[in-house]
Amino acid sequence: MNLSNGKGSTSSSPLKAGDSVSDQFPAGLRVLVVDDDPTCLMILERMLRACLYEVTKCQRAEVALSLLRENKNGFDIVLSDVHMPDMDGFKLLEHIGLEMDLPVIMMSADDGKHVVMKGVTHGACDYLIKPVRIEALKNIWQHVIRKRKNGLRDVEQSGSVEEGDQPPKVSDDGDYSSSVNEARSSKKRRDEDEEGDEKDDSSTLKKPRVVWSVELHQQFMAAVNQLGIDKAVPKKILELMNVPGLTRENVASHLQKYRLYLRRLSGVSQQQGNLNNSFMSSQEATFGGTSINGIDLQTLSAAGQFPSQSLAKLQATGLGRTTAKAGVPMPLSDQKNLFSFENPRLRFGEGSLQHLSNSKPINLLHGIPTNMEPKQLANLHQSTQPLGSLNMRVNAPVTQNNPLLMQMAQSQPRGQMLGENAGSHVTRFPSSLVQPTVSNGISNGVLGNGIAGTSNITTYNPVQQNSSLLSFPMNQTNEISVSNFPLRSSPGITSITNKGMFHEEGTSGIKGPGGFVQGYDMFNELHHQKSHDWDLTNTGMTYDAAHHANPLQGNIDVSPSVLVHQSFPTMHQTVQNRDTTSIGKAMFSTGEGMHQSNLQNVGQHHNNLLLDNSVRVKAERIPDPSCQINNLFADQYGQEDLVSAFLKQQESIGTSENEFDFDGYSLDNIPV
Amino acid sequence: MDKINSRRQVAAMKQSLFDQGYLDEQFIQLEELQDDANPNFVEEIVTLYYRDSSRLISNLDHTLERNPVDFNKLDTIMHQFKGSSSSIGAKKVKAECTLFMEYCRARNGEGCRRSFQQMKKEYATLRKKLETYFHLARQAGPVETAFRPK
Repeated sequence: MNLSNGKGSTSSSPLKAGDSVSDQFPAGLRVLVVDDDPTCLMILERMLRACLYEVTKCQRAEVALSLLRENKNGFDIVLSDVHMPDMDGFKLLEHIGLEMDLPVIMMSADDGKHVVMKGVTHGACDYLIKPVRIEALKNIWQHVIRKRKNGLRDVEQSGSVEEGDQPPKVSDDGDYSSSVNEARSSKKRRDEDEEGDEKDDSSTLKKPRVVWSVELHQQFMAAVNQLGIDKAVPKKILELMNVPGLTRENVASHLQKYRLYLRRLSGVSQQQGNLNNSFMSSQEATFGGTSINGIDLQTLSAAGQFPSQSLAKLQATGLGRTTAKAGVPMPLSDQKNLFSFENPRLRFGEGSLQHLSNSKPINLLHGIPTNMEPKQLANLHQSTQPLGSLNMRVNAPVTQNNPLLMQMAQSQPRGQMLGENAGSHVTRFPSSLVQPTVSNGISNGVLGNGIAGTSNITTYNPVQQNSSLLSFPMNQTNEISVSNFPLRSSPGITSITNKGMFHEEGTSGIKGPGGFVQGYDMFNELHHQKSHDWDLTNTGMTYDAAHHANPLQGNIDVSPSVLVHQSFPTMHQTVQNRDTTSIGKAMFSTGEGMHQSNLQNVGQHHNNLLLDNSVRVKAERIPDPSCQINNLFADQYGQEDLVSAFLKQQESIGTSENEFDFDGYSLDNIPV
Repeated sequence: MDKINSRRQVAAMKQSLFDQGYLDEQFIQLEELQDDANPNFVEEIVTLYYRDSSRLISNLDHTLERNPVDFNKLDTIMHQFKGSSSSIGAKKVKAECTLFMEYCRARNGEGCRRSFQQMKKEYATLRKKLETYFHLARQAGPVETAFRPK
């Protein structure tokens, strides 16, 4: 069975973005079925084939996950058994939801109400009781359509929400708003452009997803905090947030992701610090424009050290090179990515940053071992230099993240890399990347990048490689829509940032905000790779780096789950840093550094968010400190913000330094 | 003549399997999946089922023999066995599995063992009958087999 659709390059799905379903649809729907029972598996496969679907079967959840990660856009829907020996079906469901944001249908012989309810709460779009009849399978395509449709709708809604006046809740000063707006407009611009040159694959089809911009997420967080995580119900949150156009469903799904994220966070820890370091080094990588595109930037930005402007610039440069849209500094998503780059650049001011503009492959993910695909990592390595400097900085102040970043950045022996040590870590991490960074709040920017590395990973590998911390699954090159939140979908995210800087090539893993699976539209420039690489959930993590030094750490989301946790913690920090947010957004989601309690919740429950965030890597450059939080969430909020942030940064690279809250963390501080 | 007789035999046997409650609707679903491209689909599935269920049964045996009895594990294994059995339409076997799982939840070791023995008997009976059925079906030749019993 083919895993990927022969149709488009990026979106192999029969459902092309923006298209109404093709004539043969639902025939050709690409289904992944997971069941440990060989008898059931064979029957299901036969039934699905009889429905004219393209079926891939596997008996183990781990295998399924890696298949999904490797082929970000290779599947349209997943069918999974609930009771499996190697991994609980619900856990798999979570992973998929966060990383790839595909519709998942659960199956079980168990028809107990409790179990079915569990499916609902975990986000399954349907629950089939075994033995499954073929009639039940004939209609599963509806879930695919529905998901896409809803995503678009959400996006539109959120767009309106964000486009308009910044909600009063947004504490960020005008800068933030403007950056967000800018991000949005650039996104729009990008989208338009995108449509022009993008294939009609899903990337052009805006994934209907609410774009949880940084400020939106901040509001969300504020509401959740106010209510208390236990009592935070979507309805109340919605009321508190008071965002026009936002629906209860949007909030509900965001909350769910957040909860998952938080859960994951509790599991993540140490590694984050390492990630950050590596991340820094990966900056260079990101610049290379290699896959990590988006991520790198993010990580960089995450590092917070770099003023968002610089990041933006970086991104622009990086992206400009790689992306088609030369004109636009970087699609929003790019910006985000850039963000990470920017930072290094700004700070270092020296050649290292220059790298950013080079199209060096971003090695950010360099270190990221697991998820990152080798090539991505490689990319990261290359561009590490610029990042290296970033990392350096990041690491310095932030102890925790740096290590993580460093790890990521490892790929290259960057002197600058913050953590020289990070470098070493980098290699080992892909999953670890995320973690360490995240918690530390490390390399805000870093995180984002790191994660990208893994193909499926949304995790942002905090960039190990200099390149973009966000090294989003580098494969995606363009999309890197770092919108953190929908990390999953933003395959493009990483790419976005990377574009300019990193080479977007492949990192698009980041799903655009709203979990665009396909290569986030936002980052049209980036080619929207839908790659799930971005799964940026990590972004959140890397973001932490933003806040302090570990830009890289940001969110190396090595593993979606990991990232999630991580990003959150960092997020806080990044939030504070603001600047990191831009990059970090992606990383941000990883929740790294959530120093600021803003993110508190984020960190904890933000598992979900992170995942999503990573994708979002918002390039918020928001200079103001308050933006930090926003920034953090930028990840979540979708790349657009990040991108815009980045863009902003670009302009004021020099001045944006202040924006990052990194207390004067200048890259210089980073021990080379 | 032979063919027609064979087919009649197959139909009759199938009818009886359903009447006696050995098989249910799910078996028909499987037969409907059989076509020229997959002429022996049902038999292949059932063979796969035998292989997998043998493993599960032996697993259950071992777990039951241990002391103290690990009911959670029994429940897990039996759940899977029940899933496979239901997917091929093994009605009686499935019913015994359900009973077994109830005893498990009640932590009734003796009840589990009894139920397990009963389940094994049903399983053996079904297996024999299906073997006969497939044998007959092969003799009758590839004819539309997925007809619903009255």
